[in-house]
Amino acid sequence: MEHIISVTVENKFGVLSRVAGLFSGRGFNIESLSVAPTLDPSMSQMTIVTSGDERIIEQIVKQLNKLIDVIKVVDLNETEFVSRETALIKVHTKPEDRAEALRIVDIFRGSIIDSTPGTYTIEVSGDSGKIEAIINLLQPLGIKELIRTGRVAIAREPVRPAAVQAKKVARE
Amino acid sequence: MKLNGSEILIESLKREGVKTIFALPGGVVLKIFDTLHQQTDLQVILTRHEQGAGHMAEGYAKATGKAGVCLVTSGPGMTNVITALADAYMDSVPLVCISGQVPTSLIGNDAFQEADNVGLSRPCTKYNFLVKDVNDLAATIKEAFYIATTGRPGPVLVDIPKDVSMNKAEFVYPNSVSIRGYNPTYEGNKWQIKQAAEAIMKAKKPVLYVGGGVGFSGASQELLELAEMTQIPVDMTLMGLGVFPGQHPLSMGMLGMHGTYQANMAIHYSDLVIAIGARFDDRVTGKVAEFCPHAKIIHVDIDPTSIRKNINVDIPIVGDCKTVLRELNQILRATVNGEQKELRKPWWDQIREWERAHPLTYQQDADGPIKPQHVVKRLYELTKDRDPIVSTDVGQHQMWAAQYFKLAKPNRWLTSGGLGTMGFGFPAAMGAQAAFPGRLVLCIAGDGSIQMNMQEMATAVVSKLPVKIIILNNRFHGMVRQWQDLFYEGRYASSYLDTTPDFVKLADAYGAVGLRANKVDDLDAVLKEAIAVDKPVIVDVPTYPFENCYPMIPAGGCNHEMILEDPPELKKKQTGSAKVTPEDKDTVLTA
Repeated sequence: MEHIISVTVENKFGVLSRVAGLFSGRGFNIESLSVAPTLDPSMSQMTIVTSGDERIIEQIVKQLNKLIDVIKVVDLNETEFVSRETALIKVHTKPEDRAEALRIVDIFRGSIIDSTPGTYTIEVSGDSGKIEAIINLLQPLGIKELIRTGRVAIAREPVRPAAVQAKKVARE
Repeated sequence: MKLNGSEILIESLKREGVKTIFALPGGVVLKIFDTLHQQTDLQVILTRHEQGAGHMAEGYAKATGKAGVCLVTSGPGMTNVITALADAYMDSVPLVCISGQVPTSLIGNDAFQEADNVGLSRPCTKYNFLVKDVNDLAATIKEAFYIATTGRPGPVLVDIPKDVSMNKAEFVYPNSVSIRGYNPTYEGNKWQIKQAAEAIMKAKKPVLYVGGGVGFSGASQELLELAEMTQIPVDMTLMGLGVFPGQHPLSMGMLGMHGTYQANMAIHYSDLVIAIGARFDDRVTGKVAEFCPHAKIIHVDIDPTSIRKNINVDIPIVGDCKTVLRELNQILRATVNGEQKELRKPWWDQIREWERAHPLTYQQDADGPIKPQHVVKRLYELTKDRDPIVSTDVGQHQMWAAQYFKLAKPNRWLTSGGLGTMGFGFPAAMGAQAAFPGRLVLCIAGDGSIQMNMQEMATAVVSKLPVKIIILNNRFHGMVRQWQDLFYEGRYASSYLDTTPDFVKLADAYGAVGLRANKVDDLDAVLKEAIAVDKPVIVDVPTYPFENCYPMIPAGGCNHEMILEDPPELKKKQTGSAKVTPEDKDTVLTA
């Protein structure tokens, strides 16, 4: 089963290779991985999309935790979360296709970020299903190049009843 | 006070209580060696190969319980020490390896003797550092020792570029370490420990399955108390030998592929397995799906990844063995009612029956070739009162040593368990000898393994490390030969060593003492002579080449399905028509 694992790591050289080496050395699967610094520049946040049965995911989480440079590991599948991915898609556009391309971009609430007489470069963001869908629709026009960021994800904040919220505020 | 990098390194090592380092120089570490040369607090043992330095540091660490330290140069120095790092990583040996690196300005330029030391060692170290600034050096050494020796111990590499070893910085040694991503759990979960105690009280056929972790955590006393109080039989892993007294009536000896019959039967038929500081290695579990089919499993380990990695566990307890056992014993002391012996009687009757049915056995004829088991047994009888430290290489001799050399205490057993590194034994023994100059240190080796680090005999002689090597010389890679006999229809592909050197002359050439026991009757006298000499000794014992190590669970087999003796066709072959190659036949058989 697919799991999204959020890993907070030290923002130091070599950390990415420690994480990647752990996955390759133990035969774990990485479907996508994204890394960027957090608000605190001494830390980076990785989002790893992986898959495996329950025992493998447990091992992945434990093995990640065992890495000295890993500060925190959260298996987002254990909570509610939202995930997004961005794709940059360069499509060939014959004059007669340009309107169709614009319509598709509009439907998916994407935007054209670069344009030449023969191509559009489209930026679109959403969950993986949405990205897949727009790719499918653009394919007949001819996709010249496609870049996907891989998924990033964040846990949903638990929604508290208003009364509890108010009490908490009062206490503070 | 401003010091250069080399001085900072040495001062830091001294602060960590290091007395001995195992080292081999090279271009980029010359400044460090030059500084070492001008001081007397640290003893430098110059090895002949970096692998030897690594294994010596391991032997030192296993015998003392403290971190072993080795120092190697860049490039080939580093690649040579990799085997020792991988070995230490598998067997959780606390090690700090200092490697030289080309100057920071040249890193990445394919400079002479450059290698990516951090990249090379990443999968076989607990952690590694490249020190880019001399101002970070002292703190890095402090962190290296902290990481190597705490939690589940392991090797740590510190890579020091040449310019860092020469640049100056203010020397401030930190008092404490705090690493936000590294906080080993020592205290076990109290509720889980309570569950474990209840399970122990309920069990009718419990078995303790104990490993090297008990030794590292110094929990032998607590283990002894637990076993005696509850009258539970103790199965030891290869790494765990010595953490429980081998001669104790509750000791089942080693379990696993070449474990004793009773140890394997007991764990297979148990209703509760209490695993402490052991990791359910495939050499122990055999076929995982049928491992302990009737048992509930308690697993105590400081490394959370060890738990549920290979085997499903009912009561996991992450924590330090000593801390957890103390707490467990405290609960049990209040509940155990002194009738444990009575309660366990049916279980013990069964175990004693297994023991009687298939004890460890071999046949030594008075005028026949010397049997390897007999050598180990005599060595044990002759030395047990001197509380020796015993190292082994890897193979048949290692298994016989594990079966017949019963150790009374922890930190006496130096063997390569996880990685199975041939060539480990001799340098490891030297490392232990360097730590304890007055002690008797034995290295039980095979004629194949010993040649993998033979060059260290020069180190032993020059550095006066009077290790006693006993070679069980069967002129084969014996374990390979055994598998070929059992599973490859006796085709000895590259297992016959043909022309082994004359080990007696070889010892002599190095300035050590070489002895040989040709007949059973000579054995005791030769062993006694070897023990009496205050020099490194090789005792060459030509042994019967076709002896196989039993019991044996074939790889992937089930623990209660042991091969206990040679299958009939093999027996027949060995009594008459054993063939190596036609021309070698006589040589092999007249051993």
